[in-house]
Amino acid sequence: MKNKSLVSIDDYTKEDYLRILDKAAYFEANPVQNILTGKVVATLFFEPSTRTRLSFESAVNKLGGKIIGFTDASSSSVQKGESLKDTIKTVANYSDLIVMRHPIEGSARYASEVSKVPVVNAGDGANQHPTQTLLDMYSIRKTQGKLEDLNIFLVGDLKYGRTVHSLLMAMSHFNPTFNFISPESLKMPKEYKLFLEKKGIKYYEHEDFTEYIKEADIVYMTRVQKERFSDPIEYEKVKDVYILRNEMLEGTKDNLRVLHPLPRVNEINVDVDNNPKAYYFDQALNGVYTRQAIISSILDL
Amino acid sequence: MNSDKKELRVNAIKNGTVIDHIPANDLFKVIKILGLQNITNTMTLGTNLESKTQGKKAIIKIAELFFENDDIDRIALAAPNAKLNIIKDYVVIEKRKVQVPDKVIGIAKCVNPKCITNFEDNIVTKFTVVDKEHIALKCHYCEKITNKENLRLQ
Repeated sequence: MKNKSLVSIDDYTKEDYLRILDKAAYFEANPVQNILTGKVVATLFFEPSTRTRLSFESAVNKLGGKIIGFTDASSSSVQKGESLKDTIKTVANYSDLIVMRHPIEGSARYASEVSKVPVVNAGDGANQHPTQTLLDMYSIRKTQGKLEDLNIFLVGDLKYGRTVHSLLMAMSHFNPTFNFISPESLKMPKEYKLFLEKKGIKYYEHEDFTEYIKEADIVYMTRVQKERFSDPIEYEKVKDVYILRNEMLEGTKDNLRVLHPLPRVNEINVDVDNNPKAYYFDQALNGVYTRQAIISSILDL
Repeated sequence: MNSDKKELRVNAIKNGTVIDHIPANDLFKVIKILGLQNITNTMTLGTNLESKTQGKKAIIKIAELFFENDDIDRIALAAPNAKLNIIKDYVVIEKRKVQVPDKVIGIAKCVNPKCITNFEDNIVTKFTVVDKEHIALKCHYCEKITNKENLRLQ
């Protein structure tokens, strides 16, 4: 992993995932370290994402590193028409690692090819967001004590949701069973189902929550976004079907945990928040440890 | 043999390459992929010819030009059934079918309007061919699939 960019979740092997998760556990036990002293990390946010940026910056600060960068494209030379290549080549002169968020898909792969320092993809449009996937895996392992043989429910927008696609790919190494709950129009794309079939991984598709939730180890919720529907009536019909409420968790397994990449709108009712099975806020904290682990692994510290 | 008849419709060449069984609609794509518009060799193009197997077909005969396998296989995206006849001294010394390559570099355009290759100038596109039979290309950058139906050349 040394000096290697992290652009897509399949850039890492199963062994890499496990190494990162072990390291994240170490940082959870010892969060403040001065191993990044004298290092500069650039956080280039071509579109705002406060949550992700603060999580990365918190990770760098806890490791004793310094941060340069910008928080949206309007305050950078992009506004003057500079190409991505020129921005990256310039910033690579000033930093040891670049963390980049960009609305255009494939921008992170391209940046990693023109940069002389490693690039960590903090989200490139609807394509990839690998650090989110690693923190999701960390949250799963931490709450379940293992990654193998889990029954994982993915709920909501399974068509466009990049987090669910990356999580599916990464967890496919650990013999999971998947249950997909989504409206017909936002079903898991065929390419991912073919991928699971090829690997001999069981999956089931549902259009609403049913009794089956009693089998779940992990319920991973995502937002059904209004702008994904061409027909507003269709949205109105389905929007309330995919809301998780506290009463629906009755009779579920003790080890069940509810995850959500956040921000949430209404897809998890606030009455779930006090249920010990709600894990989404702790999940966000795990992001800091996971990003400490990713940054220090890439910089070989 | 049928092929003898077809050969008569355009001038025979002494040495060179004949590319046969190009779908008539895709002739100009093939020309562009191979950059034939820029060469000075004697060349005969025939199109809208009757074909027993594929409706209207096109044919290209180029004198004194022989392709490397890697170069010629690039036309497989536009003409997956194309056949090559290598001619030496008016005799076909080799027949070959084009093979869909594993990687496609700098030919196709990514179908995804939000892909970086459609935003930033001077990026050479790269694709992995994930389905050789139906032609499906996975973009090295945005990871989206471009199919034969929405394939455009860069």
